[in-house]
Amino acid sequence: MKFVDEYRAAAPARRFSEAIRQLVTRPHTIMEICGGQTHSIVKFGIDELLPKTITLVHGPGCPVCVTPLELIDKALLIAARPDVIFCSFGDMLRVPGSHGDLLSLKAAGGDVRTVYSPLDAVNLARGNPDRRVVFFAVGFETTAPVNALAVEQARLEGLTNFSILCSHVLVPPAMEAILSSKQNRVQGFLAAGHVCTVMGYTEYEPLARKYRVPIVVTGFEPLDILHGVYLCVKQLEEGRAELENQYRRSVSRAGNVAAQELIRKVFMVTPRKWRGIGEIARSGLGLRPEYAAFDAELQFGLKSMDTEEPSECMSGLVLQGLLKPSECPAFGAACAPEHPLGAPMVSSEGACAAYYRYRRARPVSPVTELVT
Amino acid sequence: MQTDNDEFILSCPAPRGRHTQIQMAHGGGGTLMRQLIETVFLPAFDNPALNQRHDAAVLDAGGTRLAFTTDSYVVQPLFFPGGDIGSLAVHGTVNDLAMAGARPLYLSAGFILEEGLEMDVLQRIAQSMQEAAKRANVQFVTGDTKVVNRGKGDGMFINTAGIGVVELGVEIGPLQIQVGDAIVINGDLGRHGIAIMATREGLEFETTIESDSAPIADLVMDMLTEGIEIHCMRDLTRGGLASAANEIADTAGKCIHLEESAIPVREDVRGACEILGFDPLYVANEGRGSALCVSFAGTPSAVRRASSAAWPLNRRRR
Repeated sequence: MKFVDEYRAAAPARRFSEAIRQLVTRPHTIMEICGGQTHSIVKFGIDELLPKTITLVHGPGCPVCVTPLELIDKALLIAARPDVIFCSFGDMLRVPGSHGDLLSLKAAGGDVRTVYSPLDAVNLARGNPDRRVVFFAVGFETTAPVNALAVEQARLEGLTNFSILCSHVLVPPAMEAILSSKQNRVQGFLAAGHVCTVMGYTEYEPLARKYRVPIVVTGFEPLDILHGVYLCVKQLEEGRAELENQYRRSVSRAGNVAAQELIRKVFMVTPRKWRGIGEIARSGLGLRPEYAAFDAELQFGLKSMDTEEPSECMSGLVLQGLLKPSECPAFGAACAPEHPLGAPMVSSEGACAAYYRYRRARPVSPVTELVT
Repeated sequence: MQTDNDEFILSCPAPRGRHTQIQMAHGGGGTLMRQLIETVFLPAFDNPALNQRHDAAVLDAGGTRLAFTTDSYVVQPLFFPGGDIGSLAVHGTVNDLAMAGARPLYLSAGFILEEGLEMDVLQRIAQSMQEAAKRANVQFVTGDTKVVNRGKGDGMFINTAGIGVVELGVEIGPLQIQVGDAIVINGDLGRHGIAIMATREGLEFETTIESDSAPIADLVMDMLTEGIEIHCMRDLTRGGLASAANEIADTAGKCIHLEESAIPVREDVRGACEILGFDPLYVANEGRGSALCVSFAGTPSAVRRASSAAWPLNRRRR
């Protein structure tokens, strides 16, 4: 398949792997930011193509995983109301709140619907004027433009029954939080290609300088990631700490300016709580005051609600790259996709889900082979 | 004495999310459905035939070995590219019989119709069922109709049950698989599931992906009369090849190794899966031989015969 197969080919992957092997003279720890990259790494076994001295740690780049518990609880409260149609992307539905998840709520009679775009939720609002339609707007900078577009569309149409439960987060502040932590062991970053497609990478240049850390904007296919690791290792070996762009077929320095303008028009930068990590200053997006009519937290009077996070889920450590999912005592036992303790086990970008899916058990020996 | 293990259990909270209500995933053909079967149905109905856990039960009736199965069809939309709920209700059930090595003979049809369903729709579906039955050499010999209030059913639901006869002295089921068995699939995976999904969600691709739902009993009969030793077969419906392999491996207590690059998936289906974030190995195929999983004595010649002689689609090898 075009645009897929050429980035998954085995021969160049082996060449990259060999080139990295040639470069390395000492141990390096590199963090891939995005959960999509984590899934590629675990699915395609990219970490196993690298020398043992290179450690890949998985970053906080899964929006579902970092959504704080209280927001899930708010979603459950809103979705339980008989006058509400609650819309969400699929992978938010199984994330456990303090009491249950959205799928259980649906089974109990709540009108919870999976949509593929926030604009589908706007359409639902238009078609159901007697119901209040709420979209769970979760995501990094990647999904912010389309969520902003949905709000703007609802405003232009004068819809009064549409709102979003907003949990937008930003990548650079999270990287800074990791880098300034005393426990930090990350020496280089693979930045998230999709986020940079929207935002460009000028925000990352000062980070690379300030913390003397190489940052390579990287794509999501196996060869992208191997190339990103190669560039990052090369910088580390040569003692450089710069911003480099591996994902040139999608990312430009300035990014998508029109999308950024839309984000700025509808959203403003706010402090944001990250699940398992805590509050990070200026790390989220919230609706601007002039869009307050579309803010579900305001519309349903839930602004002040605060929830204590339970301690049994160690996702905070996983999200900061301090613990591998398989090192968690609950992994695969008390915590599995059918009964998760935390979001990383059920999100499509969650590190725990990736390990559960691809690393739970290795075939001991091939018993049968497939013939077509 | 307290071991590390005890300590671990004490410090670990009871898992949340044990469901007190039925969720959609309980019917999805995956882990939750397996749990449902193991915790509710097997204990309730416990008997040797059921415990075989095959697509169809094989029963001894006065010296004749009968295969018996049932399946309900709730697909939406009722009509989709390449088929409809009626043809599906025939293919799914006759293929379940074929999976036990049986020649399908007779079917029942139970209709649950929603008040307000267009008569024309019902007629088209009945017609489609008759055509599919003719193709599969089976007859509908009994049936039932119920009507539910508007809003209590999705247009129509169909249940079909089927009886077939196991003519050859074969034992086919998950417990029969052996170390060294090979797996044959007779065509590409995922077309049916993606066709339904695309229609349901209003997704449009460059080409229309059509369901490849079809009866496969004849192919199975051909293989058996060829003398190929089949140990287990599965119609790869909900959950696809991966779920079927998991379930068979689980039941048999053996490990199954699949080589992803050897599994045929059409380019357009792969593309749709990439866009939608699905793994084609988990996408449904329904009542279609292309999606059959056979494990049998894995001598190279048997593999060759199975994958070329009896399975016409495999002549188009890559």
